[in-house]
Amino acid sequence: MNQLMAQYPDEIQALLAKYPPDQKRSAVMPLLYLAQRQPGYVTRQAMQEIAEIVEITSTDVASIAGFYTLYHEHPEGAHRIQVCNDLPCALRGADQFLENLCANLGIQIGQTTPDGSVTVEAVTCLAACDKAPMFQVQDQDGITYYENQTVESALALVETWRQAAAQSQEAAA
Amino acid sequence: MSPYILLRHRDIPDLNQLEVYRSHGGFEALRKAVTGMQPQQVIDEVKTSGLRGRGGAGFPTGLKWSFIDHNAWPHYVVANADESEPGTFKDREIMEGNPFQFLEGMAICAYAVQAKAAYIYLRGEFWRLAAELDRRIAQMEAAGLLGDKLFGSEYSLRIYTHLGAGAYICGEETALLESLEGKLGQPRLRPPFPPSFGLYGKPTIVNNVETFTNIPPILEKGAAWYTTIGTEKSPGPKIFSVSGNVARPGNYELPLGTTFRQLLFEHAGGIPNGRQIKAILPAGASSAIIVANDEALDTPMDYENVQKVGSQLGSASIIVVDDSFSIDWVINKTLHFFKHESCGKCTPCREGTYWMMHIAERIAAGHASPQDVELLKGVAVNIQGKCLCALGEFATMAVVSGIERFSQDFTPLTEKALPAAAA
Repeated sequence: MNQLMAQYPDEIQALLAKYPPDQKRSAVMPLLYLAQRQPGYVTRQAMQEIAEIVEITSTDVASIAGFYTLYHEHPEGAHRIQVCNDLPCALRGADQFLENLCANLGIQIGQTTPDGSVTVEAVTCLAACDKAPMFQVQDQDGITYYENQTVESALALVETWRQAAAQSQEAAA
Repeated sequence: MSPYILLRHRDIPDLNQLEVYRSHGGFEALRKAVTGMQPQQVIDEVKTSGLRGRGGAGFPTGLKWSFIDHNAWPHYVVANADESEPGTFKDREIMEGNPFQFLEGMAICAYAVQAKAAYIYLRGEFWRLAAELDRRIAQMEAAGLLGDKLFGSEYSLRIYTHLGAGAYICGEETALLESLEGKLGQPRLRPPFPPSFGLYGKPTIVNNVETFTNIPPILEKGAAWYTTIGTEKSPGPKIFSVSGNVARPGNYELPLGTTFRQLLFEHAGGIPNGRQIKAILPAGASSAIIVANDEALDTPMDYENVQKVGSQLGSASIIVVDDSFSIDWVINKTLHFFKHESCGKCTPCREGTYWMMHIAERIAAGHASPQDVELLKGVAVNIQGKCLCALGEFATMAVVSGIERFSQDFTPLTEKALPAAAA
């Protein structure tokens, strides 16, 4: 049973319809996003299922997941804060921003906070050089840009996530 | 009169709404092309305009379109919306603020080469933007501006978005096509070029978002009008993305041929914090670094003149560095970028960017041996001309120019490192 197909039947049909019928392989990248949506990373099983849908080997799917940086193969924090510290952003203080943000969260670059809410990563240019310091957040809602940031504004954002998580936990209890 | 031809949303509120765009003449150029012009006439008009590709290479757009192979079908059109060069953020503003002009330009190109399907390849980070474009494409289909039998003609067209997933190399057109085919984003050996062997091996035109956005005004007002803007060899308006140490970073739409001084001091507000301008990277991290002296500042920014001062205009992503920064730090930054983004296909680039990054780190940390600066330059020179695509070449630009033109930023460090190295 292909769980991915069972979970998102309409979306998968719509994705496949974008490409010529004999070029199913083109759907592999959109399908990896779909597989990643809920767990926050692409499981081995999902790779196998994608391989079945687009009719390539799961090794090929894994190589694609490994090549592109926005696909993850291991679970991390619920929200990934991805700070650009390339040259244009660094000229406007991105390195200090990244360092201070990590220090305030008590983690190193690339690590996840103990409560599992946030992972902070350094990434390459995000096409927002005029609004540095900036980062994107990759999570269940996709990818969202946060520009002209300060450490305070970033910490406030983290706080809203933590409160939302606490509330949904209470609601579940 | 408005100065904007591309960033018209800065004058016209809600231009990203279909009705507003149409009430300002939107889609009249597409209607004119599809109902009143032969495909070849459209190509000829774009050729006459002198428009050159805005993605970086500056190749004449009409000429590229004329290379489409009529012996193989179907044809495809692909918009390069991968915008990943450090310092570039113009296509994003176009697609957010003036998306229909871009889509109209793309549709006109598709008509000119008789493509019935077109893809917009966006970098994965433009996730929200892609969802917005999907909505706008659906609106156009509902309004009869895309889909079957456009304007009552026999011509049909569909446009689809496709998201990348974080790989600078996919801005290179053949790597982009590989990625769109569901493969690793690695460049192809050329020739054959995409107009004869492109997406799925079929004739394909790949152009940058800004290039397509120039097309509707060219068709609407004519090639003769377009050539009155800019310079003889580099006509038209250009969006300059300005970042780094300036008072007002952002996008500036100005005619090609505007000088660096006008852009950086009149428009972008000069250098803040009482600092002096030291260096300019006019084509993002891929450019040779220019010493920002009077001669450079008075250079007109077009494809020819920026070359004369030893760099490239590229996609006009102007990174400004003030005198509080050392150039060894700058190239350490650019090398971290290229080492991360090398796709790994060609050995000189894959290994060379890795070596260069490590030597640059040593130099920046003050641990360099006296030979390290020459070694770094030697590795860079040995990458040049040996890779399938330009990425390897790009990685060396700032290195070689930085060492040659800012030697004072390298010598003290190696000298300082001498005692430690001897110990």
